Amino acid sequence: MDLALDQATKWLELFGDEIEKNKAYLSDLDTPIGDADHGFNMARGMEAVETSLAQKAPADLAGLFKQTAMALITKVGGASGPLYGTAFLEMSKQAAQTSELNSLLAAALAGIKKRGGAAAGDKTMVDVWEAVLPELAQGTLTDAKIDEAVEATKPLIAKKGRASYLGERSKGHIDPGAMSSGYLFKALLKAVA
Amino acid sequence: MNYGIVIVSHVPELAQGLPKLLQQVAKDVPITAAGGTDDDEIGTSVTKIMTAFADNPADELLTFYDLGSAKMNLELASEMSDKPIHLYDTALVESAYSAAALLEAGVKLPEIEAQLAPLKIK
Repeated sequence: MDLALDQATKWLELFGDEIEKNKAYLSDLDTPIGDADHGFNMARGMEAVETSLAQKAPADLAGLFKQTAMALITKVGGASGPLYGTAFLEMSKQAAQTSELNSLLAAALAGIKKRGGAAAGDKTMVDVWEAVLPELAQGTLTDAKIDEAVEATKPLIAKKGRASYLGERSKGHIDPGAMSSGYLFKALLKAVA
Repeated sequence: MNYGIVIVSHVPELAQGLPKLLQQVAKDVPITAAGGTDDDEIGTSVTKIMTAFADNPADELLTFYDLGSAKMNLELASEMSDKPIHLYDTALVESAYSAAALLEAGVKLPEIEAQLAPLKIK
């Protein structure tokens, strides 16, 4: 399906709301296996996105994603800034060619993997993206499947990011980036419904 | 072609402190640093890294960082910079010190990189 500008705008609004509502929880998830800042960093970033979009209404999808990327890249201090920023930057580039949702997201995932160097199974946001994208393409994605993909990061040993310094001790915790990616995809489902 | 060094750390004090150590052995090597977020919190900032690139008078830069997200922001900044940027996944203090001392001695880049290779830890 093609993603329309108003759907994408709605998507970002809903994502921002979810992040704001769950920022303390996300930072709590980040406490045992990270630096306890994921929720607050993302909330600061999404607030900057909102401000940027209010100041200058984007003309098209590419513009919307570019503004989103720049706000996240410049305002989020942790790893989530460059990772989510790169995802939206790649979607912005892709949107110049096509507004087909699956190819936009495929470009985003490739960008995240290149930027962070993570693969599936490393206990990162990539695990959720890898699980969700094929389901979305087949039209079978549900909130429950998103929850499942997030939950699946729990038993994994972290290979990337701050949690990787904990080795075995990173087991038994949901990855905070996986959780926020879960919010991103739930917001998307709602926006395109 | 002259070379400079850029240090990127999550902590402003770390980014300010390490150049002092390097400058002891490399008083003629241009060294700039970017530490912390725009609000001087713990983290890294693409804007600060771009400034450290621009403020460094050298044409080509060797960059060293502390932890993972600093690398991601370094890569983002280097994609936006006109200067050639070299990024090393090496032990921050030891490799930056080594590069500084070797640059001061006029050692060529391939030889410096050979010395940095065993210090790769990430």
